[in-house]
Amino acid sequence: MNTEHTEIAIIGGGLQGLSTALHLAQRGRRVMIIEAHHPGRFASGVNAGGVRRLGRDPAEIPLAMAASEMWHSIEDLVDDDCGFRAVGQLKIAEDDADLRKLEARAAMVRDLGFDHEEIIDQKRLRVLAPGVHARAVGGLWCEDDGSADPMRTVQAFYRKARALGVAFKLGQEVSQIAKVGTGWQMTSGETQITSDIVINCAGAWGNKIAAMIGEEVPLETHALTMMVSERTPHFIDPVCGLASRKLSFKQTPEGTLLIGGAHLGYADRDAGIAEPDPVKMAISAKTVSDVFPHLANVRIARAWAGLEGMTPDRLPVISPSKVDGSFFHAFGFSAHGFQLSPVVGRIMSSLICDDTSNLPLYPFRIERFSDGETKL
Amino acid sequence: MSQQTCDVVVIGAGPAGIRAAVTAANESLSVTLIDEQAEAGGQIYRAVARVTRTRPADLTLLGPEYAAGGDIVSDLDASNVSVLHGHTVWQISPDGTVWCSDGAKASSVKARFVIMASGAQERPVPVPGWTLPGVMTAGAAQILLKSAAMVPDGPVALYGSGPLLLLVADQLLSAGADIRVIAETTTFKDYLSAAPYLLGALPASKYLKKGLALRRHLKAAGVPIIKAPNGVSIEGSERATGLRINGRSGQTFEAETILLHQGVVPNTQASRQLRLDHEWHAAQRYWYPTTDRFGATSLSNVFIAGDGAGIFGAEAAAAAGTLAGLGVAHAAGKLSATARDQKAGPFIAQHKKAAAIRPLLDHLFPPPAHILAPDDETIVCRCEEITAGQVRAAAKLGAPGPNQLKAFLRAGMGPCQGRMCGLSVVEIMARVHGKSPAEIGAYRIRPPLKPLSLAELAAMDDTPTSA
Repeated sequence: MNTEHTEIAIIGGGLQGLSTALHLAQRGRRVMIIEAHHPGRFASGVNAGGVRRLGRDPAEIPLAMAASEMWHSIEDLVDDDCGFRAVGQLKIAEDDADLRKLEARAAMVRDLGFDHEEIIDQKRLRVLAPGVHARAVGGLWCEDDGSADPMRTVQAFYRKARALGVAFKLGQEVSQIAKVGTGWQMTSGETQITSDIVINCAGAWGNKIAAMIGEEVPLETHALTMMVSERTPHFIDPVCGLASRKLSFKQTPEGTLLIGGAHLGYADRDAGIAEPDPVKMAISAKTVSDVFPHLANVRIARAWAGLEGMTPDRLPVISPSKVDGSFFHAFGFSAHGFQLSPVVGRIMSSLICDDTSNLPLYPFRIERFSDGETKL
Repeated sequence: MSQQTCDVVVIGAGPAGIRAAVTAANESLSVTLIDEQAEAGGQIYRAVARVTRTRPADLTLLGPEYAAGGDIVSDLDASNVSVLHGHTVWQISPDGTVWCSDGAKASSVKARFVIMASGAQERPVPVPGWTLPGVMTAGAAQILLKSAAMVPDGPVALYGSGPLLLLVADQLLSAGADIRVIAETTTFKDYLSAAPYLLGALPASKYLKKGLALRRHLKAAGVPIIKAPNGVSIEGSERATGLRINGRSGQTFEAETILLHQGVVPNTQASRQLRLDHEWHAAQRYWYPTTDRFGATSLSNVFIAGDGAGIFGAEAAAAAGTLAGLGVAHAAGKLSATARDQKAGPFIAQHKKAAAIRPLLDHLFPPPAHILAPDDETIVCRCEEITAGQVRAAAKLGAPGPNQLKAFLRAGMGPCQGRMCGLSVVEIMARVHGKSPAEIGAYRIRPPLKPLSLAELAAMDDTPTSA
């Protein structure tokens, strides 16, 4: 049995763990990431890459606004543009009822004091989304949103973290966590790692890690079906969704169409398996062909699914542990953590280095699942 | 839901698939056979019924082995197997649901057992210039000849090794092609390493005789057969114009059509997609799914018959098909183990006899090192245009295997999903990391196994009407 020590151990090398590690390293802390597979293996590297404030839960808007600023200068953080393109995000109203719904949403966001979501009419919609079917009447538009390349983002965060001196234990799955003195001892196979502080960034496995120190968090594992097409001539810039039907749609700079919409596939968290569901692929195909009829003959090249940890209220846990002041959590992003990842790292480094954060974290506290104040 | 159900779905109507389907149907199982082509026969007996009917003269050219495929196809016609011609399988679920499309509309069939008989694919031959128009595999040229009686115009050059190379050259020559050269990679060393297997190959000596006859015939017709142990480069900028032989002489042969062939390897896309157990064939450098003599795999409801489980040729595939049909009949409770073994006896013997030549061929025609791990400048991933050098660099930067490589290069993420670059990537990465291919692993394969359009997918019957 070999033992290694670090000041701060982060369990999970997804984007939240990588971002947390690099922010802590920037503040001079000694950090080690313990990752069961390789960086970004599950949700982080295989999601749609949406950099989206549009449609966020009100609780997440302040974080998403701060993250958005960071995305617009992401190169300053990780020395790479991560394939980020501020092409805007658009939610399309397929009929008048949809438009009413979007107008109510825009009003709600305005009442909270934010002005990033804007109602657009049919004429503007057709400029932003050429080829959209004639029935679409308008939409909700968030101009400075966009998308990034998830794999490239993971690679950039990973490279930067390493350059800043973050140590990595890859292919090491933590099976046990014990309090030893004032610190922690984690077991992974024949390796033991001791640390003063532990941060749980284990994504879909986050509740498993939390349970090791006696904190129960309800977390479901979802496999979200995604598809990508062959290359087709460029026709659209913004990332598109629909007001009522499930869809996330964009055209990459290479010309492929990336199609998602949070359709559930087959998930087996213990086996690390996420498989798309062919029936859901067909539903997605139907939705895309309805909204953009000219794409009917474009061929799908590949479908896949990522494993996502979903909380009952679909909000992440970003919180100090209730059990021990030297244990922290950032997991359960419920399929929309990609955009938040730069700011989550900053928040976690503030929680640890400054004992506070300038962003409102109350909705994300871990004890909400037991104190009866969850939304669900 | 209008999903069809049956006892057994067989995928692929080559010798293995047809025999498996007919055997299972004869054991009173309901069988659906799904095949991509419009006609039964697979690649080996492609269009055999139609050629027999409409161009009987071509049977002489295509040879008696091809003509014999007619009997296998007739057995299918006489059976009560229900056949879905022109259907491409794009996903197999572990529960036995097989998802396919006829090109206009996707559909699915749910079966208690799936027998995969999707056969082999030609090993990709990454040499400089192999992506130029005018370059194709020898097998593709043979398909054009069988199904459409098409013969390449202008000068033709062939490069590679293996039994099919000379066979296709001879068939094209007889059909009137202008063959300028056959460049073979087989070396004297290969003959030496194959020599110990000669005795074992004697039960299948008719293949040896056939090979020698082909060689004599081509030579007599004045076709130069030369050695190219150091590989070749294809010349041309817009399209292929010639084949240059690497080495001291640097001889170049004018050619507008260049046919490449380095043997065939199992088509493992579907078996990988199902996450079946696979093993590595050290002599022929390919993956094959682990099966027993009845084709049973690591999933109890999935069987594999024929070259998809390892390359043994058409006759062995037919025997393996019957064995898989019997294996499934037993698993489905239609045959006792004793009855199965009794019926299997002659087919096990037949398989053994037909397979006897394999160790000799495997060692006589190994894929050469310059094909397995090409020079830095040579493209290996055609879809994303990624070179061997880029793969090496990514491996050195820390990508441990093919699936992590995707994050660095997008290799294997194009429409072919690594069908063309999978083996090259494994070999290149294994060399960089000093590991065996088995340690390096293979691409995970995702649906669809072959691309299908949004319209086909959207038209699928069992799509619930509301999302």
